Amino acid sequence: MIFHPAIIALCVASLFICLMIAYSAYYGIKIVKGWDIKSGSEQQLVLERRTYLISAILTYVFGFYLISLFLYVFTVDRLHIVFTGAMCAAGVLKVNSYGYPTLLLKIMIFIFAGLWLIVNYADNRAYDYPIIKTKYLLLLILTPLVITEMILQAGYFLQMHPNIITSCCGSLFSEGKSSLTSELASLPVVPMEVAFYLSMLLTVYLGISFHRKGEKGYLFSVTVAIAFLISLVSIISFISVYYYELPTHHCPFCILQKEYGYIGYFLYVALLGGAVSGMGVGVLMPFRNIESLTGIIPSTQRKLALIAVVFFLIFTALVTYRIVFSNLVLVS
Amino acid sequence: MERWIERQKNILDFTLSSLFRRKWKNAALALVYVFLVFLLASVIFFTHALKQEAGIILQNAPEMIVQRSIAGRQAPIPLSYIDKLKDITGVSAVKKRLWGYYYDPTAGANYTVMAPEDVQLDPRSIIIGEGVSRTRQVFKGSTMRFRAYDGKIIAFEVKSIMPSESELVSSDLVLMSEDGFRRLFDASGEYATDLTLQVKNPRELSVIASKVVHALPDTRPILRDELLRTYESVFDWRSGMALFLVSGAILAFLILAWDKASGMSHEEKREIGILKGIGWETSEVVLMKFWEGMVVSLSAFLAGIILAYIHVFFTSAAFFEPALKGWAVLYPRFKLTPFIDASQVATLLFLTVVPYTLATVIPSWRAATVDPDSVMRM
Amino acid sequence: MITLANVRKIFNQARPNEYTAVDGVSLQLEEHDVTVFKGPSGSGKTTLLSLVGCMARPTSGRIHLLGREITSLPERFLTEIRRKTFGFIFQQFHLIKGISVLDNVMLPAYPCGERLSVLKERALHLLDLFNVSQKAHTRVEWLSGGEAQRVAIARALINGPSIIIADEPTAHLDSMHSHELVEILRGLKNDRKTILIASHDPIIYDSDIVDKVVHLRDGKVDEGDTGPRTRGHLQLLKGR
Ligand SMILES: Nc1ncnc2c1ncn2[C@@H]1O[C@H](COP(=O)(O)OP(=O)(O)OP(=O)(O)O)[C@@H](O)[C@H]1O
Ligand SMILES: [Mg+2]
Repeated sequence: MIFHPAIIALCVASLFICLMIAYSAYYGIKIVKGWDIKSGSEQQLVLERRTYLISAILTYVFGFYLISLFLYVFTVDRLHIVFTGAMCAAGVLKVNSYGYPTLLLKIMIFIFAGLWLIVNYADNRAYDYPIIKTKYLLLLILTPLVITEMILQAGYFLQMHPNIITSCCGSLFSEGKSSLTSELASLPVVPMEVAFYLSMLLTVYLGISFHRKGEKGYLFSVTVAIAFLISLVSIISFISVYYYELPTHHCPFCILQKEYGYIGYFLYVALLGGAVSGMGVGVLMPFRNIESLTGIIPSTQRKLALIAVVFFLIFTALVTYRIVFSNLVLVS
Repeated sequence: MERWIERQKNILDFTLSSLFRRKWKNAALALVYVFLVFLLASVIFFTHALKQEAGIILQNAPEMIVQRSIAGRQAPIPLSYIDKLKDITGVSAVKKRLWGYYYDPTAGANYTVMAPEDVQLDPRSIIIGEGVSRTRQVFKGSTMRFRAYDGKIIAFEVKSIMPSESELVSSDLVLMSEDGFRRLFDASGEYATDLTLQVKNPRELSVIASKVVHALPDTRPILRDELLRTYESVFDWRSGMALFLVSGAILAFLILAWDKASGMSHEEKREIGILKGIGWETSEVVLMKFWEGMVVSLSAFLAGIILAYIHVFFTSAAFFEPALKGWAVLYPRFKLTPFIDASQVATLLFLTVVPYTLATVIPSWRAATVDPDSVMRM
Repeated sequence: MITLANVRKIFNQARPNEYTAVDGVSLQLEEHDVTVFKGPSGSGKTTLLSLVGCMARPTSGRIHLLGREITSLPERFLTEIRRKTFGFIFQQFHLIKGISVLDNVMLPAYPCGERLSVLKERALHLLDLFNVSQKAHTRVEWLSGGEAQRVAIARALINGPSIIIADEPTAHLDSMHSHELVEILRGLKNDRKTILIASHDPIIYDSDIVDKVVHLRDGKVDEGDTGPRTRGHLQLLKGR
């Protein structure tokens, strides 16, 4: 165990969030069981009022996970001094088998909480709260994720033994060895770039056409999800390389460092924002024909599509700018 | 969008005016809040700055030090080892170092005595650190007497006081020539305290270290990175411990915050009742309460951080002097280099604002859900 | 038109202190009319007004407001309807102390997200209408009873409601100010607002602006006394 202030902060805050989410889930179950919008009973009113609390808590959870995600990476990055062989977060996350799963869960929870808030937003605008039960059932999926994340994170920090010799981004994301990460790194640059720009183009095209006509929502959402994954792979495969101007350095974390003007934060926030709002369109699709939501969901979806397009455009613009003005030439 | 912003603005506006009206009621909580942030921020800034200082020192430290150990204790290393080390491939330079500690009974302090190779000094003069100068009241040109290993008193002339980038380490230093050093400690000419190694390729450090142990089994190589690591974990551990100790204070603060948020005054309850009655929605009152919490939190947070910054970087953490450093008498009176980064702020946020916000969310929601018709029966 | 069909409000349902405050009320209230609810203390006037005014939901029964069924709406939407449709004048004025008259008047409109400058203009206009504009920047604590009442009315009108609900508006006013209030209500009536008042003050229910008096007793409508203004009959009940 390493007794770093940021580690204590992360663990303590996670514990609090866990308590809150468990509390929400408990009342979520009560709402699912006892909800009857037609009833004028006091019981129904009590349940209705609970929903305000749960919305507020989930909003906090969403905001919390965004900061937590970055603080986690930042803290882990800081710890590289303590581990032989590690030079940035990539290596430190590997010191035991909890590091990467925790990171992944944090991202998943952030996206999930964002999608939940989108559904919540739409539902709260319909006078009969038509998807309230679905909504609170979804909350029951989020709860175990949050609890698992807290346990994994605690496990990760508790199982850290400072004398572990680890590998780092140099070897983890290098092209020589055969592991998943190194294979991502050694993906051929040109096809990757083509795939990246194609996915962005498709996303933006579908997004704008959805914004205009409100058609092909599912397709747009799936494209966003794929574009999100392709972008993550692209960061490892070639985007990071342009930032480092080192053909062999593929680390997705070093771009978060000061040396690169914290550009990583902008890239990831744009990407995460785009993913949440874009996938939000798809998540709302099954509900758009519910009578009380017909006037609400389409306009919400259009807004979301536009936001997603803007985020992805920002991401693409940042990347393209760097590729054009980088001193490194990967593709001649 | 514009409506949304106006709405936030209007509600924030009203929140501020309500807070202002009740400023004395909130003062106690705010004060505790500021103090807590101040305490935590001081600990974090201070240990971080110390780490930073240690890093600066170690930057100039040799990549590898070779010490000899006999029966598990450090022993003088024969100079003949130098050539043996030079023969190892990858080693570019080997230097000897002479250093030790001198206990000065008049000051009741330990000095670190060194005979650096790269500083030219004649056998009768010394350079001393600020701490030594201060405790012994010796300055440039004065004479300083030392008691040698054989009881003789040796006088040195102070040639200069050390200008220090980081006083943390140089404060207790006494630099002298090799000759002077040997006269003081009877280190015969065949031994050094330890040896330093330079290597051609830093990546090969660990390989070379194992070769050193192989060639000279009674030696022990120490890598700079290892030192850095030790420093890092020692400081992390200290600040972690300190945080652990104040966790009681955090908990007490949260209970206070919870209590304060649940036990609203009659006047406040009346106000929320009126707001609900005249058409404010529950979520709007929740929003108002959110802004209220944010305003209190962020101003307390900012104040606490600024105070901690002044405390650590301008007064050299005066409150912590006795507690956190083990340098006792020669405690360096230095200014730490100001250094804050986003992760420190985020850490503090997670330790104070996040728990505060979560502790108050349920009480404020409860306050926001009064029956709108209660206003008609007040 | 406001229609109530068999509306019932039970407090503390299924508990030992269960109490039926409104018990099966069916009513039709015309738009642009002034209706007065009258009855002994505890007869359910305030409760009934709060049900019509979207402040609370009936335990059972249906309320139609301007053609819309509001009984099964969640609180969030009730509030939305309430602040667009209703203006409330409370017995105790219920102004918020410590802030100015102007701020008090604008308060109901804050969450609607209107620009503050537009809002301010409207509030000042209303204060002007009720002759309290010179007090706009004083704190409400310093107002006289009559002034406070007029400020409360200005606040009720800030969102441009079509229905005014007043619960015992004259309870804290002397007869001169009560008559003044009746004149204000007359003005509102002329502006074609629907006005619902709960009162047992003869200055109100005997006034010529009243179109209909509903007599309540034990949460029920006292059929014999309901109908077009039955002034003479009401005099008899005044003693209760
Ligand atoms: N929240 C509540 N819980 C329990 N009982 C209540 C509640 N609100 C009102 N009541 C009861 O309902 C009954 C009707 O109250 P209401 O205020 O409607 O009477 P009212 O006709 O306005 O009387 P008054 O003329 O005194 O104002 C009263 O007996 C009251 O005690
Ligand atoms: Mg009443």
